[in-house]
Amino acid sequence: MSLSEHVFDAVIIGAGGAGQRAALQLAQSGKKVAMVSKVFPTRSHTVAAQGGINAALGNSGPDNWRWHMYDTVMGADFLGDQDAIEYMCKHAPDTIIELEHMGLPFSRNEQGKIYQRAFGGQTLNFGGDLAHRTCAAADRTGHAMLHTLYQKNVEARTHCYNEWYAVDLVKSVNGGIAGVIALCIETGEVVFLKSRATILATGGAGRIFQTTTNAHTCTGDGLGLVLRAGLPLQDMEMWQFHPTGIAGVGVLVTEGCRGEGGYLLNKNGERFMERYAPHLKDLSCRDVVSRSSMIEIREGRGLGPKGDYVLLKLDHLGEEVLKERLPTVMTLAKTFAGVDITKAPIPVTPTCHYLMGGMPTNINGEVLTVNKLGKDQIVPGLYGAGECASVSVHGANRLGANSLLDIVVFGRAAGLHLEAALQSGIEMPQVGTAELEEAMSRLNRWNFSQKGEDMHVIRTEMKMIMQKDFGVFRDGDTMNDGLKKLQALKERLAHAVLQDKSLTFNTARIEALELDNMMEVALSTAVSAERRKESRGGHSRIDFPDRDDAHWLKHSLYFGDGRVGERQVSQKTKETAPIELQLREH
Amino acid sequence: MAKTNVTLTSSNAGMPEDRQLTVSIYRYNPDVDKKPYTQDYDIHTSEFQGVMMLDLLEALKIKDPTLGFRRSCSEGVCGSDGMNINGKNRLACVTSYLDFSNHITIRPLPGLPVVRDLIVDMTQFYKQYEKAKPFLQNKNDPPVRERLQSIEERNKLDGLYECILCACCTTSCPSFWWNPDKFMGPAALLWAYRFVADSRDTQKAERLEALEDPFSMFRCRTIMNCVDVCPKGLNPTKAIAHLRDEMLKDTS
Repeated sequence: MSLSEHVFDAVIIGAGGAGQRAALQLAQSGKKVAMVSKVFPTRSHTVAAQGGINAALGNSGPDNWRWHMYDTVMGADFLGDQDAIEYMCKHAPDTIIELEHMGLPFSRNEQGKIYQRAFGGQTLNFGGDLAHRTCAAADRTGHAMLHTLYQKNVEARTHCYNEWYAVDLVKSVNGGIAGVIALCIETGEVVFLKSRATILATGGAGRIFQTTTNAHTCTGDGLGLVLRAGLPLQDMEMWQFHPTGIAGVGVLVTEGCRGEGGYLLNKNGERFMERYAPHLKDLSCRDVVSRSSMIEIREGRGLGPKGDYVLLKLDHLGEEVLKERLPTVMTLAKTFAGVDITKAPIPVTPTCHYLMGGMPTNINGEVLTVNKLGKDQIVPGLYGAGECASVSVHGANRLGANSLLDIVVFGRAAGLHLEAALQSGIEMPQVGTAELEEAMSRLNRWNFSQKGEDMHVIRTEMKMIMQKDFGVFRDGDTMNDGLKKLQALKERLAHAVLQDKSLTFNTARIEALELDNMMEVALSTAVSAERRKESRGGHSRIDFPDRDDAHWLKHSLYFGDGRVGERQVSQKTKETAPIELQLREH
Repeated sequence: MAKTNVTLTSSNAGMPEDRQLTVSIYRYNPDVDKKPYTQDYDIHTSEFQGVMMLDLLEALKIKDPTLGFRRSCSEGVCGSDGMNINGKNRLACVTSYLDFSNHITIRPLPGLPVVRDLIVDMTQFYKQYEKAKPFLQNKNDPPVRERLQSIEERNKLDGLYECILCACCTTSCPSFWWNPDKFMGPAALLWAYRFVADSRDTQKAERLEALEDPFSMFRCRTIMNCVDVCPKGLNPTKAIAHLRDEMLKDTS
């Protein structure tokens, strides 16, 4: 096989916040690094994050990273790893200050410090009053962050493979990962990017659902890569449904709306969150608010012809505040719902938003698998950070504004760890023909497909199954039914055809490759969700409505060959006592 | 219990009436086509969900998977799907077909080489962006905490930092069409001013000096197409005027 090789110290796949932060770390330290992205870096989905990024800076009164840690552990419904949560919350302030020094245009308070707003699940003093912990650049925080990181990568002259698609990981002859097969979308050229280490920062996979706040490009590419390399995914049943997706469209309006004082109403004009969560009300955790909205809708108190949405009221905040703090929401509501938020509420409904699960990693970003004895094992040469990873700081439910934090803290941590590892020397992995052929097999399958079904039919069916059987409320029977249908779909996908074999910017080929990954993610979600027989965080079962710590206080593992397993949830904090198990407001 | 009167003046709840659209799209795949051509597609709006031009394009792509266009966020913030719709550069994902007649024409952004169909080669656009040194430069040691910036100072960045690099403005600018290698274009100049305007940047003089040649900035003839098309409502012409003002202040 004649496959040209490009050799690097580190290859980073994905150029969202995590990938760019890792790339910056390595480029600034003079390492030979390549950042591979299927879109131009500033088009990555980090750009769409609106509300902000959490850090106990204390710019709006006393704050403490330990309080932030408590909220994160509680929000995660105790499925988060406390060593990772401690690391993230403790390093949050420094990481934010670093971003400010890079030029991120944060909004400011009267003292000229970074403006911090209230957000869901954020409290002072271990569950007390609402905290103002969420640093914001108006309601464009993700955009401001992604552009700032890209700008710094431009300055650092990071080598970018823009509009290149990662097809599959290449294994080295002695275990571990040796790099990746990459396809230039513009020309169709295929190369082997060989590297001492590979960092996966490929983001989420919300496009497996019919309605999602996620970009078209959130197709779980890194997750598919990992499964096909024989490595496990963790907690894939844990999806977050955001309470305020614009009804019928899926476009997100930020939790910052409620942080600034907005609230939800049912068709009777009742502020229903007061009933479900008397303390935090509309600023309860997202899983709680989404469930509450769904109950309102199911019990007939929704609005619209199908009664399938509730309302987000903002007009009482006044035009001035809305213009200054929520300008994007103003435009999005106008464009996608025809609503002037200074006068009328926005129709909203819980919408698939975020994957808490992903490839298991430690706090250095090193990807983990488990050996036959069930012990954690580091996968040589492979790192993961951001939404595709499960480190796990979000456990069963992520707090709003902890995702932007996750990506920069762990993008940085992976970069720092790899920088040190390269300093002490990592050998260039050896690769044989068999490994390369294995990594090329999927692309070859599509390229040589002659006849079969069109992939879009399969994609549409997959999304409908996920939407119907794996949404906010789940039930054993329907999940089993959905799982069977997905298995049949996967079989059909293996025989689907790529009609257009042209080389130049062939988006049909990319969509086919993406669907392989989405199908893997959908199946991992279905298997893991059916298997976890309890309700915890974003995983809510009608047939098992309670949390079951005796049996399920553990991470679930899923391998591509159908094997399943478990991992312990870590309580190994370094500086502070772990938060003790307790019930949360449901 | 709090109660509020609910009035919903308008929403997406009602389905728009079915319409048959004819969409004329610029097609060119260098692998198979000797030259570009226009292809007409007929489609009923009831065949797909949503009212945006991107929803329409996605529906067409299911009928004809060879149709090439870029897209990602579908909400106007990633800047992928800039294209020329009915003669004006716009983002397909936030442009509604309801605003058009039943015949719609879509072409790639003008002034850049076409790679395939609606996909243009943006290399020149990104090069100009990089020429603006679009990153904060501060030669002083950073403080332990954030650099302070007053609300008023921060307000000066509004209308500048929101640029999404979609290239709608730059590819609508005749000055850029004539000198794409030498005139930076409205987007890059907007970014240049974003850093000149930032109270935290110490390289204002150097930044202005880099724009003094006859082409980089001075080829702007205030045609203002950029302002007309910017999907984010930004005003690059005004930013360029500010750059010129600063330059004058600098030399006086």
